[in-house]
Amino acid sequence: MRNLSVSDQPAPSLQRTLAGRSLRSALLSGLAWACALIASVPLFSVLYMLITRGGSRLSWEVLSELPPAGFEMGGGFGNALVGTFVMVGIAALIAIPVGILAGIFLAVLGPGSKLATMARFAAKTLTGLPSILAGVFAYALVVLTTGSYSAPAGGVALAVLMVPIVVLTAEEALKMVPKVMKDAAYGMGCTRTQVIWKIVLPTGMPAVLTGVMLAVARAAGETAPLLFTALFSNYWLYQDGSLELMGPTASLAVLIYNFSGMPFDNQIELAWAASLVLVMIVLVINIVSRIIGRPRF
Amino acid sequence: MNKPFAVLPLHDSVCQPPTATQLVVDRGFRGLCHLGVFLILLLVVALVVEIGGKAVPGMQKYGTGFIAGTVWDPNQLQYGILPAIWGTLYSSLLALLIGGFFGVMMAIFLTQDFLPPRLAAVFRTIIELLAAIPSVVYGLWGIFVVIPAIRPLADWLHQTLGWLPFFKSSLSGPGLLPAALVLAIMILPTIAAVSQDALRAVPLKTKQAAYGMGATHWEAILKVMLPTAATGIFGALVLGLGRALGETMALAMLVGNSNQISLSLFSPANTLAALLALNFPEAGPAEVEVLMYASLVLMLITLVVNLVGSSIMLMSQQGAK
Repeated sequence: MRNLSVSDQPAPSLQRTLAGRSLRSALLSGLAWACALIASVPLFSVLYMLITRGGSRLSWEVLSELPPAGFEMGGGFGNALVGTFVMVGIAALIAIPVGILAGIFLAVLGPGSKLATMARFAAKTLTGLPSILAGVFAYALVVLTTGSYSAPAGGVALAVLMVPIVVLTAEEALKMVPKVMKDAAYGMGCTRTQVIWKIVLPTGMPAVLTGVMLAVARAAGETAPLLFTALFSNYWLYQDGSLELMGPTASLAVLIYNFSGMPFDNQIELAWAASLVLVMIVLVINIVSRIIGRPRF
Repeated sequence: MNKPFAVLPLHDSVCQPPTATQLVVDRGFRGLCHLGVFLILLLVVALVVEIGGKAVPGMQKYGTGFIAGTVWDPNQLQYGILPAIWGTLYSSLLALLIGGFFGVMMAIFLTQDFLPPRLAAVFRTIIELLAAIPSVVYGLWGIFVVIPAIRPLADWLHQTLGWLPFFKSSLSGPGLLPAALVLAIMILPTIAAVSQDALRAVPLKTKQAAYGMGATHWEAILKVMLPTAATGIFGALVLGLGRALGETMALAMLVGNSNQISLSLFSPANTLAALLALNFPEAGPAEVEVLMYASLVLMLITLVVNLVGSSIMLMSQQGAK
């Protein structure tokens, strides 16, 4: 048979090497399976540890009491749970309106404008910002200005991390709204605002919500930005009849970090229980957002 | 204002020209959207100005000696971040080596017809959930699971291969290897997701051509699919590196926070982000200056890596078109 190979050397006989080649292919497939299984181990190990070590401690008491000091037994992380909700709430109040408005601009009002190109680039750069630098920013902007660690400072730090996620997912979601629907509305004399409120937002809302919820889930689990903006507190935000929003505020994530390094078994058990609660919050938000955001068209 | 629709009898039609109020509302709402976009741009400017501006006093005081210095001692007013920069790069590259291998393998596994679609979806969900777990939980898991699990292996390596610089010291607890392992798990989802996109972007025809020439499954993958998707996969690795460089909590909990420059995988080290996390909460005004300087260095390093990563991604997307 004529040699079809371009090189000068004779082509290796297919018959002789076929077994070897198939064997190598099978071995590599085995390696791929092994890699996939090994890569799944951490998730199951984390979940197993959370359920066994955190689940055994989980109770109403743990969710509603204040953190224990030093050698104290018992206690919980009620204030940290509240603090996490408050700070994520503050962050959401800042990040969601700004993010969705900017997303509307990028998707509907001026997708090709120079402003949109710059903003898109800015948002993409912000997604790569190390979360601790969001904390440094909020520290410089809020903590140094107001002179104290506070819940709003933590909220601002989390908002910096949420905004780019909301902007980019909102843009993607609103871009998917079919052009014919918008054109029909324009043809009936709608202003752009009416098109956005009556056509674009209702149609794109499920996907926008997915992005918002993913951003909330990310913010709820963040620790680094809170370390030196909200710091930590062993007390309730609302105590002795007064609401102390401008003082150090506890959060689940910082509690886990603080307690993980303590030499007391009680604190370490609480760290695991707090991790379980935090992961459950984050996973539930993730799963709900997937259900909402399932493509419908 | 001209009224092109005014002549038409529109009273009982749904089609109407906008009223004056609607036009005002329209203008106002569009103004709001503009404001939103401006706020995004303002945020980037504010980030640079706030961190950069607050770093200026530190830069004037310590200059470039800050980056080259190896001692961090607030009591003697000596600040140097070279060990932290070394630790940041070393741990991130180690994590990239491990996470990159598993991430790309996972991407191949999920896109190259190894699994029925439903099972592939299960594995894809596992990888995505891996990304959802907060880093502080990984840190906790690292302390109580990873460190005890690798200790026997680390001891054995240190005893038998201790003459190699990588195994020079024994693992006393926190150290570079457990930190890098956990970091690898954290960047794996990013690398797997972006590499999957790159592999999916390769036209089906290309693979079919490879099979048509008698290539085995893996010959098609290694000699055709991977080279074709190489730019995208490379971009995925660079983006993963960007994530690793800025990751804080897992490292602050696992790396040992010791300012030393060592090749040893088992010795404690430090990273820029961990340095910030550890020193910021109790920093006085003098220390805040240098910490701001260190933040600026971290920001520049991650910015450069991320920009390189996204321009590679852009190149690969344009190449695919």
